[in-house]
Amino acid sequence: MISLSQVAYKNLLRKKTRSLLTVIGISLSTWVLVSLLGFNRGYQSSLNRDIDQLGFQVLLTAKGCPYEAATLMLKGGTGLRYMQESVMDSLRKEPEVEGVTPMLMQALFDPNKGESGGITAYLGVDPQTFPRMKSLLQFRQGGWFTDPDAKEAVMGYEAAELEQREVGDLLLIPEKNVELKVVGVLKRTGTQDDGTIFVPLRVVQKVFAKENQLTGVGIKVKKEASIDRLEQKLYDLPDVQVVSLAQVKQTIMSLVSSAKVLVFSIALVAILISVVGVVNTILMSVLERLQEIGILKSMGAMAWDIVKLIWLETLILCLAGGMLGTGLAIATAHLTDILIRQLLPYAPTGGLIHIDLGLIFLTLAVMIFIGLVSGIYPAWKAGRVRPLEAIRSEVE
Amino acid sequence: MKEKGRQMIRARNLKKIYPRGSEEVYAIDDVSLGVGEGEFISVIGPSGSGKTTLINILGCLENPSSGQLELDGKKIFDEGKFLSEAELTRIRREMFGYIFQKFYLIPTLTVLENVMLPYLFYKAPGAEERVRGVLKLLGIEHRRHHLPGQISGGEMQRVAIARALVNEPRILLADEPTGNLDSKRAQEIGRVLRELNDKKGLTIVLVTHNAELAAISQRTIELRDGRIHRETISALPGLPSG
Repeated sequence: MISLSQVAYKNLLRKKTRSLLTVIGISLSTWVLVSLLGFNRGYQSSLNRDIDQLGFQVLLTAKGCPYEAATLMLKGGTGLRYMQESVMDSLRKEPEVEGVTPMLMQALFDPNKGESGGITAYLGVDPQTFPRMKSLLQFRQGGWFTDPDAKEAVMGYEAAELEQREVGDLLLIPEKNVELKVVGVLKRTGTQDDGTIFVPLRVVQKVFAKENQLTGVGIKVKKEASIDRLEQKLYDLPDVQVVSLAQVKQTIMSLVSSAKVLVFSIALVAILISVVGVVNTILMSVLERLQEIGILKSMGAMAWDIVKLIWLETLILCLAGGMLGTGLAIATAHLTDILIRQLLPYAPTGGLIHIDLGLIFLTLAVMIFIGLVSGIYPAWKAGRVRPLEAIRSEVE
Repeated sequence: MKEKGRQMIRARNLKKIYPRGSEEVYAIDDVSLGVGEGEFISVIGPSGSGKTTLINILGCLENPSSGQLELDGKKIFDEGKFLSEAELTRIRREMFGYIFQKFYLIPTLTVLENVMLPYLFYKAPGAEERVRGVLKLLGIEHRRHHLPGQISGGEMQRVAIARALVNEPRILLADEPTGNLDSKRAQEIGRVLRELNDKKGLTIVLVTHNAELAAISQRTIELRDGRIHRETISALPGLPSG
């Protein structure tokens, strides 16, 4: 026996080109929608992973001290402020703190760097605590320092590329006439670690004559502890500023979200256009078939039967377009990733587009909803056709 | 007047008035008519004589402005009182099969699927056998897997007739069923209608302007200006030679 959905499907085959074009329209807007929602999820999880890779959730720096390599570069390696190592003791006493790692950032102008010279940043880190906190760092070559006082360096991926150093090579700190031995080169992380040269803390303090001084302390907070409460307490410490990476994350997210609003509105417009396309297609086919619908009514079809038939046709179009668009989005996820990276001011490492089953079902649900909504008017119009229409147009 | 048993259609003083500007036009004007069970009547008349309006009202596709209509003893219209649309739909489905000048077959459905269409809207036991039965009766069983575009005009009208017959109607209403066919095919369809009336005892109301086709019916009603102008009873109703 024949079913209503078969009839609906075969009705759509009557104007193949028109149906196909409509399906393509829907699939394009679905493609945008899925890519976008996928991007939303992927970006957030990538950003979270990036922040987690930093190893510490709160960074304590001396008041006025730039805490980002980029700011340091902008200031030409100057403007550093220091705090005393003794601050570590009070930090360790806080119940929320799981671990602390002291850091001393120093920057020097290197006339041999690049074409017109450049700033090289050295980060003094504690060989005991730093590698443990940054357990996610991976080596391309070699490993961490052999001794807290060893004149050794671990280079970030880009720093090693720029200086063209490998494990075993020597690295000269200009002006200071100190040579460091490269013992490790890190894999690319996509963070500012890539451009950093890591040196044992005590060596940096000695070479730059900054004994007992620090520029920053990384604080790892216990998993169940409240970061907010700790931050409140840290604000009371004199002459330090608290950089919460949760805040950094927020700042980046809000930057990205304004871009997202723009793209979402584009997707919304795309969907609206495809809805209009669907309404147009179905309405045309209803108007072309008024007499035929009249015949169906004279055969005993109730208004609701006709509404169902037309609604099914709309649903088939929207679902076909939805599935095609979702497939397209999955197939082009990698390409979209590359495109988005060029558009965004900051993109975390890893896949930006994350499409899973939940997202696919959500999209198909949206498409069904759109199908139902755009079918309302044509279906209502068709349902109202009187059986008489079948004969009306005949010349008497 | 030859009437077999009870009246299938009994219409009294039917009027249909259309407003045209400030005037009122009587599409049909005081028509009374009875059709007995198993009778085959034809309605003829020039263009604008009201024959299509009449068949629409008899077939419950259109409401009269005034008058009464009974189908198989059941009151359908009675001076301004009408049945609900749902009830009319049920009556159309149970009482009538309709065929028109155009065939209105769905081009992407096969002959078989087109004939099955009425069953989309209600369930009936033994539907498949019935469909097979009418296809055989109309001699188009061998075409059942063809699309409408692959068969001749005469065959298309047979498919439309088959579709009108699957719900086992009491009355077949045919509005210019041969209007789109050449004379040979028209004769063929006339023969089919004749046979349905003869062998199945189906009540048929045929509207046509083709006097030759009208001649196969038992009684011919000629309309003029919305009124019955003349009624002729065929002396020897029988199968046209062919």
